[in-house]
Amino acid sequence: MNRHFLGDTAALLGRSLRHIGRSPDTIVTTAIMPIAFMLLFVYVFGGAIETGADSYVNYLLPGILLITIASGISYTAYRLFLDIQGGIFERFQSMPIARSAVLWAHVLTSLVANLVSLVVVVGVALLIGFRTGMNVLGWLAVAGILVLFTLALTWLAVIPGLTATSVDGASAFSYPLILLPFVSSAFVPTGSMPGPVRAFAEHQPVTAIVDAIRHLFTRQPVGADLWVALAWCAGILVVAYLLAAVAYRRRIS
Amino acid sequence: MTLTLRQPSMLTGMDIPSATQPTPEPAIHVRGLEKSYKDLRVLRGVDLDVARGSIVALLGSNGAGKTTMVRILATLLRADAGTARVNSLDVATRAADVRASISLTGQFAAVDEILTGRENLVLIARLRHLKDPGGIADDLLARFSLTEAGGRRVGTYSGGMRRRLDIAMSLIGNPPVVFLDEPTTGLDPQARLEVWQAVRELAAGGTTVLLTTQYLDEAEQLADRIAILHEGRIVVDGTLGELRRLLPPATVEYVEKQPTLEDVFLTLVGAGTEQGQR
Ligand SMILES: Nc1ncnc2c1ncn2[C@@H]1O[C@H](COP(=O)(O)OP(=O)(O)O)[C@@H](O)[C@H]1O
Ligand SMILES: [Mg+2]
Repeated sequence: MNRHFLGDTAALLGRSLRHIGRSPDTIVTTAIMPIAFMLLFVYVFGGAIETGADSYVNYLLPGILLITIASGISYTAYRLFLDIQGGIFERFQSMPIARSAVLWAHVLTSLVANLVSLVVVVGVALLIGFRTGMNVLGWLAVAGILVLFTLALTWLAVIPGLTATSVDGASAFSYPLILLPFVSSAFVPTGSMPGPVRAFAEHQPVTAIVDAIRHLFTRQPVGADLWVALAWCAGILVVAYLLAAVAYRRRIS
Repeated sequence: MTLTLRQPSMLTGMDIPSATQPTPEPAIHVRGLEKSYKDLRVLRGVDLDVARGSIVALLGSNGAGKTTMVRILATLLRADAGTARVNSLDVATRAADVRASISLTGQFAAVDEILTGRENLVLIARLRHLKDPGGIADDLLARFSLTEAGGRRVGTYSGGMRRRLDIAMSLIGNPPVVFLDEPTTGLDPQARLEVWQAVRELAAGGTTVLLTTQYLDEAEQLADRIAILHEGRIVVDGTLGELRRLLPPATVEYVEKQPTLEDVFLTLVGAGTEQGQR
């Protein structure tokens, strides 16, 4: 590792965090759609959905949190794309800095921004009746899963950020990610779905992650779900990281 | 246009021996550099030396390959063939060391619009691992008449201010070799003069400057030597005086007139060939 890696990453992280501080609307925008979904499902559809849970908002929140992350990470692709377009990316590349610091700064920025958005969403959920008897350890476990999921999706977002040819292209990739929770156990139990859809829903990462967080929220034993969820996150993280590294090498050579 | 001479064939490819070749190892040393984008052969064997502390203008039409050349020298692009050394360091094998001895001001101002001018400078100073980034930023703001604007977001700056900030950012850490890619393209005349002044100050401080330009007057004004890049090669390289001497003094009907650099350029390049290359 380059001996300047930490200092360079810190300098560039400070820059990106300033960007966010000066346009906090990105955090609000990230949080608004998931909050709208949450209100819609709790107050409009929720009464008709049979989940077996004591309150629908308790059932719904894990999926909403994942949607928040899926919409938040598109800003990473967007910011990276703008850096490349604006030429500042090349300026950094022509300087004697640790080269991976440029990407890590964007990734860590995404982590900070998404955590803030998640806190906002959880705050609204508490206002409309979300309750959990989780202890500190439970919260830490949930936070750990969400951090890992955010890192995995952010590295995924780095790829279009580096390769896109237009702003729209850079952010469009996140739409399927936002839709993924709808075909999972996030809103309705998978048991109510027809065969092939159910098979897909039960074997895609969102269901495992949602179930793991839901069990933590309700203080049930998490069991295998947790490991499946962690394996998915780690797997996506590793693959996305490697692909991003390839895209980066292409971009800078 | 006052092109009165038409003897292009004997001039093309002519080499002007340099009268003053000061140090054995120039700041920039390029031999046989080649680069193609798929079928498009942009550089076809470029040779160029830039003496330490001098300003050399790389002159060429739009699409001649100036940016390509600068990006190779700044380690942003790999050449297909040939060698290039900057500050005695090979750009291909010692890229990281080359980056420590250069700075690049790209064709389009590479500044952060959301940060203030001062924050931009502090950021670069931190990335160059210098002590007292704040002090360096304040010095440069003063030097480039940006002190008042320093606390404003760059998004509110005029084109000239942006370019000045861009160049100021390039000077942080006093890199011995500076590349300026079309530093005044798109600027109004006043801003142009400001940039020229900044470049002159740079060179006065001993920095080697390689600047690219499509403007003949810019090359005339700033450069110690001028290299004309055409069809993938440096077709001529010399001082303004040497370039002028390439063309015999014009024997026009009424007045004897020194050929301008424009005459030399158009004679060498051919007035009509630069179309369709952009
Ligand atoms: N990445 C690229 N891919 C394909 N062609 C390119 C690329 N970059 C530049 N070119 C082409 O190479 C030629 C030289 O470009 P450039 O070096 O930018 O010229 P200049 O800076 O002198 O205007 C142009 O015809 C341009 O279209
Ligand atoms: Mg160019």
